Amino acid sequence: METKEMRAVYCDTLIDLAKTNEKIMVVEADLMRASGTMKFKDIFPERAIDVGVAEANMVGVSAGLSAGGKIPFAATFGCFASRRVFDQFFISANYAKLNVKLVGTDPGISAAFNGGTHMPFEDIGMMKLIPNLTILEPSDPISLEALLRACAEHEGCTYMRLHRKAIAPLYKEDEKFTLGKGNVLRDGNDVTLIALGAILVPEALKASEMLQKEGISAAVIDMHTVKPLDEELVLAYAKKTRGIVTAENHQVSGGLGASIASFLSKEHPTRMAMVGINDEFGQVGTQTWLQNYYKLTAEEIALQAKSLLK
Amino acid sequence: MLPSASLIHLQDFAKEIRKKTLYTIGNLGVGHIGGALSIVELLALLYEQEMHVDAKNPNWEDRDLLVLSKGHAGPALYATLALKGFFPLSELDTLNQGGTNLPSHCDRTKTPGIDMSTGSLGQGLSSACGLALAKRLDHKNVYVYAVIGDGESQEGQNWEAAMFASQYKLDHLIAFTDYNKMQIDGNTEDIMGLGDIVGKWETFGWFTQRIDGHDLEAMHQAVENAKAQQGKPSMIILDTIKGKGAAFCEGKVTNHNMNFDLTIANEAIAQLG
Repeated sequence: METKEMRAVYCDTLIDLAKTNEKIMVVEADLMRASGTMKFKDIFPERAIDVGVAEANMVGVSAGLSAGGKIPFAATFGCFASRRVFDQFFISANYAKLNVKLVGTDPGISAAFNGGTHMPFEDIGMMKLIPNLTILEPSDPISLEALLRACAEHEGCTYMRLHRKAIAPLYKEDEKFTLGKGNVLRDGNDVTLIALGAILVPEALKASEMLQKEGISAAVIDMHTVKPLDEELVLAYAKKTRGIVTAENHQVSGGLGASIASFLSKEHPTRMAMVGINDEFGQVGTQTWLQNYYKLTAEEIALQAKSLLK
Repeated sequence: MLPSASLIHLQDFAKEIRKKTLYTIGNLGVGHIGGALSIVELLALLYEQEMHVDAKNPNWEDRDLLVLSKGHAGPALYATLALKGFFPLSELDTLNQGGTNLPSHCDRTKTPGIDMSTGSLGQGLSSACGLALAKRLDHKNVYVYAVIGDGESQEGQNWEAAMFASQYKLDHLIAFTDYNKMQIDGNTEDIMGLGDIVGKWETFGWFTQRIDGHDLEAMHQAVENAKAQQGKPSMIILDTIKGKGAAFCEGKVTNHNMNFDLTIANEAIAQLG
């Protein structure tokens, strides 16, 4: 697969799913152009619902559609999908044990020019507190397609962080993905880098190469499912290597790193470092500038890995 | 027009719902009695006259649906469902006890006959819109009923849903506002008045009627009028009395969630005859 806009993969996959499953629907809140789902609307006009600028109603309508047997994929910017509609998603969708697939686009710094108001650094942390919710962040077009298909199959609510922009494939076409199971991208013996999403997984791979040049063998895991956490894989690498560095485009407090630290503190206390946002708000800037400002870089991951091995 | 025998039957059924609601909350000792009693006639009409439901098959695909958005009135709906045979009347004794199927606020995962979980005010009308849309896409000729409170109407999400139902021409959505004119902190007009409530819904594109919410004949006629509408959702504003039919609480602003025991409940039940 060539480098593709993630939102095009999102739309094309939903179209493909919808061809054989008439329950699949798209629900949007005046961001159909941003989410890239206009093509879905062209093909399935009755199954593409635009509620206008009304995210609470988008989630409520999705809950009702689900209660009526549909499988709605509802998308908006991640800041709105989490902060604005937390109670609607919590009560009308999750507490009611329905089947709403909520998608938060532009995770973390990928909101770039939309700035701090639109920059969700806390959505995973909020969503983690919802019982039984499956939380995902694909890292490339191939994992996105596979995980979307897995979400459609999964009976129950999901929350997916969707990077909209073009991303180079990390995986071969035939790679297998399972909800709740991390993918090992590179094996290693000294330290383990566990990363999340389309920005930090590639950075972790780069960090691993940098470390290799210094004689450090670093494993890299794409932990695309934050919840349920692949505890088996985390434990295996906690035992196999001397430390774990997590990397995510999110607050370290409440994110993937916090989940892993919480698990390991009980099962196998492990030296850890966490790369992510440290209790700061978002702000405007190019993605590259933001990446450097918040230290979401291969250099920082490598630095943290080395500090663990001292 | 309802045949007079039907009207008498509905009035009797409403009386039974009112008695069981008083019993259920009195037996527990505390609950949302005011807003439960104000919708008793509506529930009697819906479940005994208007809605196609099957107590033996609560998840029947072709049933009409109800979203009780003012989920705190659950006990009145539980009394109705128990009287209809969805579950044994003895279950009413379990209201709010640990492990019960009858929680204070409606829960679709626990109670046979409850179509949507509600209780966080302002969310039910959106769910009802989604349900109505899903049923239309599946070419099911069923009605989705929704009940919102007047205090609840202050939640902005209702107005998002109001625009949506109108835009999507959800003519099989029939909603009611239980306009009992009171909310927790006082009279609705003193807290956050609804003003021209009929005009508001009409302006949002709904076929809107306003009637006495304790008049079964008027409500039946209003539902018939609503069903005759094409291309528009319906709102029926019900002028009701909070705590209707129980002297100890009728029309009292303190009745939203009040303490009363079985002795008081039984007195009120006896007065109903």
